[in-house]
Amino acid sequence: MENRLSKIQLSWLVFLRIFIGWHFLYEGIVKVLNPSWTAKAYLLDSHGWFGNIFIRMAGSEGVNSFVSFLNEWALVIIGLGLLLGCLARLSSIGGIILLALYTLSHPALLGIEYQMPFEGSYFLIDKNLIELVALGVTFVFPTSREIGLDRYFVRVLPESFKKFII
Amino acid sequence: MEKNKGKDSSEESRKGNPGKMGRREVIKTLATVPLLGALAYGAIRTRKNKYLGRDISDVFSLSSSDALYLQPKANGKQIRLGLIGFGIRGKQLMRAIGFAEPSYIDSLTEAKKKNPDDTRYDLFREQDDLNVVINGVCDIFDVYSEAAMLTGSNIYREGSGGKFGPPPRRYGTYQELIAADDIDAVIIAAPDHWHGTIAMAAARAGKHVYCEKPMTWTVPETYMVRAAVKEAGIVFQLGHQGRQTASYQKAAEIIKNDLLGQVSLIEVCTNRNTPNGAWVYPIIEGSGPGTIDWKQFEGDPARIKEYEDYMRSCGLERFMGPQERSRFSLERFFRWRCWWDYSTGLSGDLLTHEYDAVNQIMHVGIPHSAASSGGIYYFRDGRTVPDLLQTTFEWPDRGLSMLYSATLASSRDRGKVFMGHDASMEVSDILMITADRNSDRYAGKISKGIIPTDQPFFTYVPGQSKVDAVTSATELYFAQRGLLYTYVNGKRYDTTHLHLREWLECIRQGETPSCNIDMAFQEAITAHMGTRAYLEGRTMYWDKEKEEIVRGEKA
Repeated sequence: MENRLSKIQLSWLVFLRIFIGWHFLYEGIVKVLNPSWTAKAYLLDSHGWFGNIFIRMAGSEGVNSFVSFLNEWALVIIGLGLLLGCLARLSSIGGIILLALYTLSHPALLGIEYQMPFEGSYFLIDKNLIELVALGVTFVFPTSREIGLDRYFVRVLPESFKKFII
Repeated sequence: MEKNKGKDSSEESRKGNPGKMGRREVIKTLATVPLLGALAYGAIRTRKNKYLGRDISDVFSLSSSDALYLQPKANGKQIRLGLIGFGIRGKQLMRAIGFAEPSYIDSLTEAKKKNPDDTRYDLFREQDDLNVVINGVCDIFDVYSEAAMLTGSNIYREGSGGKFGPPPRRYGTYQELIAADDIDAVIIAAPDHWHGTIAMAAARAGKHVYCEKPMTWTVPETYMVRAAVKEAGIVFQLGHQGRQTASYQKAAEIIKNDLLGQVSLIEVCTNRNTPNGAWVYPIIEGSGPGTIDWKQFEGDPARIKEYEDYMRSCGLERFMGPQERSRFSLERFFRWRCWWDYSTGLSGDLLTHEYDAVNQIMHVGIPHSAASSGGIYYFRDGRTVPDLLQTTFEWPDRGLSMLYSATLASSRDRGKVFMGHDASMEVSDILMITADRNSDRYAGKISKGIIPTDQPFFTYVPGQSKVDAVTSATELYFAQRGLLYTYVNGKRYDTTHLHLREWLECIRQGETPSCNIDMAFQEAITAHMGTRAYLEGRTMYWDKEKEEIVRGEKA
């Protein structure tokens, strides 16, 4: 990669990865630190084609606590992965999945009003989707092999790990 | 890092790749680690400000317990019920104890087919079995009577064409139903002018009574019903299902713990904006002089005399009739709430729910005085009861006033608001408390910026037990929009179901229901004071010693 990317290109891509990681990690930590945080309200506010599936999740206490737990810790782990450049490709995939789920539950469709309003105006493309696409970029440009713990892992882990993990 | 290094060397030796990491390598590998420190600083500060700093338990002490309900005991005996009145409310009460018309089940399954997320059918099917049997039904309209029999036999909660049990016996009069040996308790959902008469007769026959609100139509019968119920020692429950609302129980605890300071003003209202809400109900097919027992509908002669004597003695003839009582009328039969001849008006029908909620939360008892005004301002359809009413009740010894208002031509809801020196509380299915900017109790927390005054600082949503901290903006946002459902132990319940269940359990366990005869007496007298104040155009007072409504000077 170092042959293909200039220093300035690499720097901006690293910034992108770190910023997304920072965003995920802080969102995750704040939820973990808040003892009463639950995904329930967000799930109940779902709309669109898959809205009902998410609303049903909120209806069951067991599923709801599981989803809340999973969401909190997925945010933390993905955030750490991206920020530290540790298994960053895998983290990018995780982040894409998480953001895709948010989008499925809260698509920016015309005529849908959410209880918790977005702070801007969106049609189809919202900030979640932009971040999702940006994670696609961090996946195809695995900068963590240059700046990040993966620089070490890439030396010690088998070649096959490069495909989706580091 | 040390660990990594250890792993590093072992991995390298395993792979036989000794390529050593230079200083540059290490820096590039760990370049972003210091960022964790910066992020941790932010997280710790957030935790301190947002969560730990929100603790208000020193000035706002409230238990974390959820609403308490009298729990059914295993192996309780089956209660044999009789139902009197199968109109709109009678049908709802039957559903609340697990008996629905097959056509109603059909409509629910149809709705579920159209929209898989319409859960009303599942909720009804899953509603607890209250271990009751309907042995008798009575309605003076043949169509309703037959529907009630079919409903009483729908023990498997099935739609049309389903499997049914034996139908309950149909009685032509309430007297015959009450006299039946195989009936332990009756549910009264007849029109208002029959409530007291049937309740008294049932009590005297030793039957337990669930009576729809208001308890009585005339003032004199109010005392008689109380005496009959107390003498018979039966279990009496008045149909204010709001008693089972979890947030009302929490509101009562908040008042008891003095968290609002002295409450000087309560504002309540019931606004509606549809013909149905204004009691203009449909005329049912199959109704006519041949299928309706008009003589029985007219009322009990003793009650009618009490009503007419009062109206005439006070010069209120203009509120009577205008049609002859003996003349058959489908309008008057189905829309009886529109005429004082059968109705208790807004005061008896809707104010009572609000008053009973306030009485449950603050134990106010019968007010010292009542003043009313209003009129027929929108539904000028020949009715005699007002469609707009405001009534003010005062409790000077408690320094308290309650303002009730209702219009049937706007559905703008003002909520139930309790205004205290330290905070105000808005109660619905959820509860919200906003601190007063001039509060003494919360002054310290307000000046530190912990408790805001421009929005509620505490919300209670049933099923969520957090009580010791300021509600966050997100929680408040969702709570205000009712997105968080009301659950009892994780299950969604209908308050009418819970209210009937409480009555049945009190019969089984020898307990007293929450809306017992004393509460019912207070409810009825309060409603009558409001009504009389409206009709006579003067303030009504309550003489506590003599237990009498006393007239004030005409305004």
